[in-house]
Amino acid sequence: MALSNKPIVWGPFAAGGTLTAFLTPVLIVLTLLAGLGHAPDLLAYEALRAFASHGVVQLGIVGVIFLSLWSAAHRLRITCYDFGIRADTVVATLVYAVAIAGTVAAAVYLWRLPAP
Amino acid sequence: MAQHLTRKPYVREVPRLRWFFRHPRYLRYMARELSCLFIGAYTLLLVVGLKRLAEGPDAFAAFVDALGSPVGVVFHLLALGFSVYHSVTWFNLTPKALPVQIGDGFLPDRLIAGAHYAGWALVSLVVLWLAGVF
Repeated sequence: MALSNKPIVWGPFAAGGTLTAFLTPVLIVLTLLAGLGHAPDLLAYEALRAFASHGVVQLGIVGVIFLSLWSAAHRLRITCYDFGIRADTVVATLVYAVAIAGTVAAAVYLWRLPAP
Repeated sequence: MAQHLTRKPYVREVPRLRWFFRHPRYLRYMARELSCLFIGAYTLLLVVGLKRLAEGPDAFAAFVDALGSPVGVVFHLLALGFSVYHSVTWFNLTPKALPVQIGDGFLPDRLIAGAHYAGWALVSLVVLWLAGVF
């Protein structure tokens, strides 16, 4: 049987596609409310800092960000191909690198959250 | 391969950037695929939010202010539209991706997609409740 690395990139895409389908719209509603001056209780600075300081929550946040970025990156890679960009290796490296960099950055910022 | 068999292979010309305007179905496909730009950009915005949160109350307040700027609101509305479109297309495909066989028959498509829509509504309500919207 020929070995393929497709499942490795496709698995997180499918997981992320499902996760963003369930979660992204409601997150957008939350941050939109905050922007319009009706911030939900959880998005007040101190509440959010305390919430995001829990280890389990941090794992969850990093997981959500990784899967969301990865599925968007994978879809963007395919879309670039649809637009006639045939340099797939370059595109794939670029989009996946951004997804991984974003995830690492999120982990670093969570690590740097100030103590109360 | 075909070019080895015939000296004049038929190559159908496809315009690189405009092909998806040829049929509404292609346009819907492209709208679905472009949802990734908005979902990706929104997720990066959340990462920026974490950065501002780590920088302290003033930086975070400025970040929240920026969300409410005209650009912020327009971006949120566009991202909301595209992400809902992603959800709808994703859930409508679930009967194809996860067919459930019972005996000789299959669970009706509407039931599988419907269960996902119900789950979506539940998740959204629980997140809104946890965030203290109501």
